[in-house]
Amino acid sequence: MTTNPSQTSTKRPPSPSILNTSPKKSKPSSPQTMTADTPPTASSFPLPKILTNPSSTPPLLITQGAESRLYKSTYLTPSTPCALKYRPPKPWRHATLDSRLRKARTTAEAKVLEKCHRQGVPVPAVYGMDITQGWMAIEWIDGIPVRVAINSHLNNPQQNDESGIKNLLKQIGEAIGNLHKIGIIHGDLTTSNMMLNPENQVILIDFGLAAQSQSDEDRAVDLYVLERAFMSTHPRAEKEFGLVLEAYAQTFKKGKSVLTKLEDVRMRGRKKSMIG
Amino acid sequence: MALERLSIENVPSTHRVYAALFRDVSNSAFLQEQLLSRNPEFEYAFLDASSIISRIHLLAAIFNAINTQTNDALKTPNVHSEVVLSLSPSNNISEAYRRWGVTPDKTKGLIAVKIVVTAEEEEEITAKKVWEHLSQHVQGTPIPLSDEELSKATDWPKVKKYYKLNGVPVLDKFKDEDLKKKQMQNLILMGMAVRGL
Repeated sequence: MTTNPSQTSTKRPPSPSILNTSPKKSKPSSPQTMTADTPPTASSFPLPKILTNPSSTPPLLITQGAESRLYKSTYLTPSTPCALKYRPPKPWRHATLDSRLRKARTTAEAKVLEKCHRQGVPVPAVYGMDITQGWMAIEWIDGIPVRVAINSHLNNPQQNDESGIKNLLKQIGEAIGNLHKIGIIHGDLTTSNMMLNPENQVILIDFGLAAQSQSDEDRAVDLYVLERAFMSTHPRAEKEFGLVLEAYAQTFKKGKSVLTKLEDVRMRGRKKSMIG
Repeated sequence: MALERLSIENVPSTHRVYAALFRDVSNSAFLQEQLLSRNPEFEYAFLDASSIISRIHLLAAIFNAINTQTNDALKTPNVHSEVVLSLSPSNNISEAYRRWGVTPDKTKGLIAVKIVVTAEEEEEITAKKVWEHLSQHVQGTPIPLSDEELSKATDWPKVKKYYKLNGVPVLDKFKDEDLKKKQMQNLILMGMAVRGL
């Protein structure tokens, strides 16, 4: 019933010419989910009330999804950058339903992030939130999306040793293993929803579709979504995906049965029941 | 003057925030009494400095309280008491007052916070008035409201208990003390942010 169409697995891989220019960029400012000719800026939409207040740097619209917009702003002091995720009201929904949905989704996302953070799964910290207004301020992750990092490894194999990309894939597997271990399903695993920070650590982001679940089925589907996204985004690294699953099974002891389940899911697709 | 005007990002321009830190406070019972009797001259948030770890920690509480006020969603009588509540990771108001507010005889380090909304007078006059009143009634030594002074006053075992930081897996990953403190600060901010969810 969620309205989020983040089916990144159907997205086409970006052309190599774009990728050649991106590795030097330090900010994840590339609007990954946008197809419009001119990318929207902060002034394209009414700002959430909180961002109309005075601050040292004007808010910057980073990306826009189906149900939320992500701004870069500052939290408390000019030297603390933050990402502000804002779920704007949808005027076509009934007002009561709308406010309930926005509250529930922001709450759920913050809870999941808090749980991950306490358990040591690499995710951004939650700084503050306002469920009435529908925003959540989270830690700003410097660095580049893992998608860009993988592609730059693939484009410059002579510069980057083999261990670079292998280490990256291993870290992805470990992060997901740890996530599943504490009973959380990400719901939208793609290499664009992971950041590689300046310390070369993989951080999982965007828990807008996350859910709490212990079932192997859900875990397998989570991995399947990543596998499909990975194959279409990085067809040249197709063979290496096994490293992710390998690290996953090593980190998460019950992961073996998830991988068995993954075989089933591959055969039939993401939906178990063919209803809905 | 030891009173500092705090500027906080994304706080409405209608709000001015002042704060001062005192140590060796000897009349905490009197100060609490003024709050309990709702003496209109004592519209302050009086915080126990031993429960506060840093300026960011303090600013986050003030920010949350002001935001709650602008939403018309205060759960306590005014924005000052809301600062105390917003420090707590739980919704228990009296517990929040006991833990983060001024406590008779126990509070030695005291942070006084004054939030002035839509003041018409000059900034300097407001600051002067606030400071005159504070320095007259708080018996203690004013010191700079710096991270250094705040961390000197912090009672870590207490803070760890209040924010449930004992035995948290993520903290074992950090050997470096500074990084560990940063992590704890993040966990504290998160506890405050997801309060009562």
